[in-house]
Amino acid sequence: SRRAMGRAMGLAGVLVGLFLVPAVLVSTSLRHGAPRAEPAPEPAERELASGAVPEDSLWPLPQWLRTSRRQLQLAPARFQLVHGAGSSAGPACGLLQDAFRRYYEYMFGQSRRRRGRRPLGARADPELSQLQVVIESRDPGCHSYPHLASNEAYHLTVTEPVAVLKANEVWGALRGLETFSQLVHEDDYGSFLVNESEIDDFPRFAHRGILLDTSRHYLPLKSILTNLDAMAFNKFNVLHWHIVDDQSFPYQSIYFPELSDKGAYSYNHIYTPTDIRLVIEYARLRGIRVIPEFDTPGHTQSWGKGQKGLLTPCYSGEQPTGSFGPVNPILNTTYNFMTKFFKEISSVFPDAYIHLGGDEVNFDCWKSNPEVKEFMKKQGFGIDYAKLESYYIQKILNIVSSYDKGYIVWQEVFDNKAQLKPETVVQVWMENNYAHELSSVTGAGFTAILAAPWYLDYISYGQDWKKYYSVEPLNFPGSEKQKKLLIGGEACLWGEFVDATNLTPRLWPRASAVGERLWSSWNVTNLQDAYKRLTNHRCRML
Amino acid sequence: AENEQPWGTPCTQLLVFVATPGCDGFPSLDSKEGYKLSVSEGSLLLSADAVWGALRGLETFSQLVGRDENGTYYINKTEIVDFPRFPHRGLLLDTSRHYLPLRAILETLDVMAYNKFNVFHWHIVDDPSFPYESLTFPELSKQGAFNAMTHVYTASDVQTVIEYARLRGIRVIAEFDTPGHTLSWGPGAPGLLTPCYLGKDPSGTYGPINPILNSTYQFVTSLFQEVSSVFPDFFLHLGGDEVDFTCWKSNPKIRAFMKEMGFGEDYKKLESFYIQRLLDVISSLGKGYIVWQEVFDNGVKVRPDTIIHVWKNSMPYPQEMANVTKAGYRALLSAPWYLNHISYGQDWMAAYQVEPLKFEGVPEQKDRVIGGEACMWGEYVDATNLAPRLW
Repeated sequence: SRRAMGRAMGLAGVLVGLFLVPAVLVSTSLRHGAPRAEPAPEPAERELASGAVPEDSLWPLPQWLRTSRRQLQLAPARFQLVHGAGSSAGPACGLLQDAFRRYYEYMFGQSRRRRGRRPLGARADPELSQLQVVIESRDPGCHSYPHLASNEAYHLTVTEPVAVLKANEVWGALRGLETFSQLVHEDDYGSFLVNESEIDDFPRFAHRGILLDTSRHYLPLKSILTNLDAMAFNKFNVLHWHIVDDQSFPYQSIYFPELSDKGAYSYNHIYTPTDIRLVIEYARLRGIRVIPEFDTPGHTQSWGKGQKGLLTPCYSGEQPTGSFGPVNPILNTTYNFMTKFFKEISSVFPDAYIHLGGDEVNFDCWKSNPEVKEFMKKQGFGIDYAKLESYYIQKILNIVSSYDKGYIVWQEVFDNKAQLKPETVVQVWMENNYAHELSSVTGAGFTAILAAPWYLDYISYGQDWKKYYSVEPLNFPGSEKQKKLLIGGEACLWGEFVDATNLTPRLWPRASAVGERLWSSWNVTNLQDAYKRLTNHRCRML
Repeated sequence: AENEQPWGTPCTQLLVFVATPGCDGFPSLDSKEGYKLSVSEGSLLLSADAVWGALRGLETFSQLVGRDENGTYYINKTEIVDFPRFPHRGLLLDTSRHYLPLRAILETLDVMAYNKFNVFHWHIVDDPSFPYESLTFPELSKQGAFNAMTHVYTASDVQTVIEYARLRGIRVIAEFDTPGHTLSWGPGAPGLLTPCYLGKDPSGTYGPINPILNSTYQFVTSLFQEVSSVFPDFFLHLGGDEVDFTCWKSNPKIRAFMKEMGFGEDYKKLESFYIQRLLDVISSLGKGYIVWQEVFDNGVKVRPDTIIHVWKNSMPYPQEMANVTKAGYRALLSAPWYLNHISYGQDWMAAYQVEPLKFEGVPEQKDRVIGGEACMWGEYVDATNLAPRLW
């Protein structure tokens, strides 16, 4: 298992019976070249499934990979992950130093041979003594945050005596380290081996996210961090943190402490500024962006507990009912609050984007409120409450823009014709005819993220990972230019029926299917091959 | 105000009174699980006919104890008279599709006790693997387990489970499902399974247990001799479900046997032939048996005290319940409680709303429904997700 104890044990378990003794019959095999090379036909002497080949446990599958049957040995006591000559990053690069230690632990953590005793029956294969990591760009990015345009490409050459991992930026190095660790395997005698190989890899989509919902159920820090680890195993690079919603407000605000004081499930169910910083840094070290979502004007019941006057009071005839609806869009106090609140959010969360929600706004309460009705009249909105919603959203978007943040919104904001800045990212989540929605969104010139087919909270019996794997995000009518506007997607795990007792087995390895779909080439679609690799990958992740 | 005692007399003892001895015995279908709990000022009394009732009462008592904002434990004045509606309230775990480490099984037994379940139906072996370490036939697990060193239940493991269960008033009913669902038995017992044929030649694959060989019945007798002594419960679950006749039909020796016996083309008769001999073996070992509904549906001659386990939904199960009980057999219901069939949302409600006695029948029939079992088949379940999927 990777988590606490490194991966050697898990690998050994998987590989017993699977891996070959030295006479591996994998000839030089070319795999899945997207732009670079054409896939070669399977060599005739290729072993059947029972004869494992190194790429049998790569996930997601790299864009281009060539392996040979020549194997190199690694000695845990001597093998090192180091900075290579010419790298713009060195020992001062904390991010890489941390990654080196982490990946060493994943590969050799379970091994008792870290203290250098030669095992009996040691192989005669040449030894791979190092993996050198070379960052090529002048600014490696060690101390910065990952962003949408980060370069995650890498080139890995595994050959004796030293393997080389080249990447433009540290983000690519992180991806390459993960892949390298997936190539290292144990034979039946417990020796660590890696096949001579060359890999050229980069993600198909730049935005590959997981949505976690910490409002319907609080998620303790540990489960969020464990999830970030799992994301890194699968090359996910965005944590979409749907942090507050109707049910609870666990985000401890500096300017408005009452929000969590009154809105969280309890004092034990909050995220302090320290917690937030921890998540952001833990994510950064794994090349994962943290995009918070503060969803308004709907989904805000819990905000009203600590911020009186924020939500719209609902009416029955002339009398307030005592219940509240969405954020009240007609009051100046609302926008004063939001201005101050988003100032805080913009400084607490370093990512260039904030998700502003905007989904599922129920108009009933607004319609019942006489002051709101009055406002509608004054503004000339008639009875079209979508216009009121847009009025609100536009003001929020302007507030957030003024803090130099970009924003992501759920599709309703686009559907209801709010005026959006051209750089707005629209997240498509409604399953019904989502391809059509993607056409509309990209046709209007907006960037899109796809979540609709990947609501993983919708569990069902059997191998539903296949359904997620088979989605082709670019299967929508549109020009080349439009297709370029789809920057990626997200697997969503809404929290109505999820908490720390079941999050990990519910999300993984199903989300892995989405991970490969978003990283690997469009033509990596074979379910049998995927099954083989995914079963190995899953055991490794444990 | 500080000296005020808002909670009345502090309770220092729960007195447990059991009428009939039986601490060292095993729970059975006839065990009495009724209890009375009486909580009043200065007196906490739990009384039961048997220790099994005391266990149930302790669980209830523990559920009554609350804690206030100051941390004080309290309990309300209460009178409870309780007993189970059905005597057989079971849970099935499948340790063949995925091995379940001992810890996961013991943890499940704990949670079963919290919920007053009293039968652990251990579907211990099946097609994919044979984790049961047999004394008589060690090759079965050596060849048939996923990993003979790590994915097995040793004799000691099995005893641990049985005792852990007993201490919680839970019966352990082992299921060695035959003649189908036996692929993993093949490697360790050559000649046991039917070789399938492609035309005139063996295809290399195997099917259900071979019902025409004497060696089969010798094997089965020896194995169940061991199983009968290892598992103390009166009942064994013998399976008998989903027997695929294709392999039997392909085998020329079996076809010859069918002719010889005058079974014609009705392979259900061959299945019955096997099952009947198996049931005789089990009876001679002094055990009772539970079988899946196919055994009844296919007209096998079973003892009157056989329990039929209703699991299929192809015919509405109330109809099957009616048929089984009308024929005079006792019935167990699982059909609406296949908890491995997960779906989105609060599916506990569908399970809760099942009324086991909702079928056409006279009161004597209804009396023959002894209970039911929630089943957690293991195709997609292992220790990483068993607990949140089941509870």
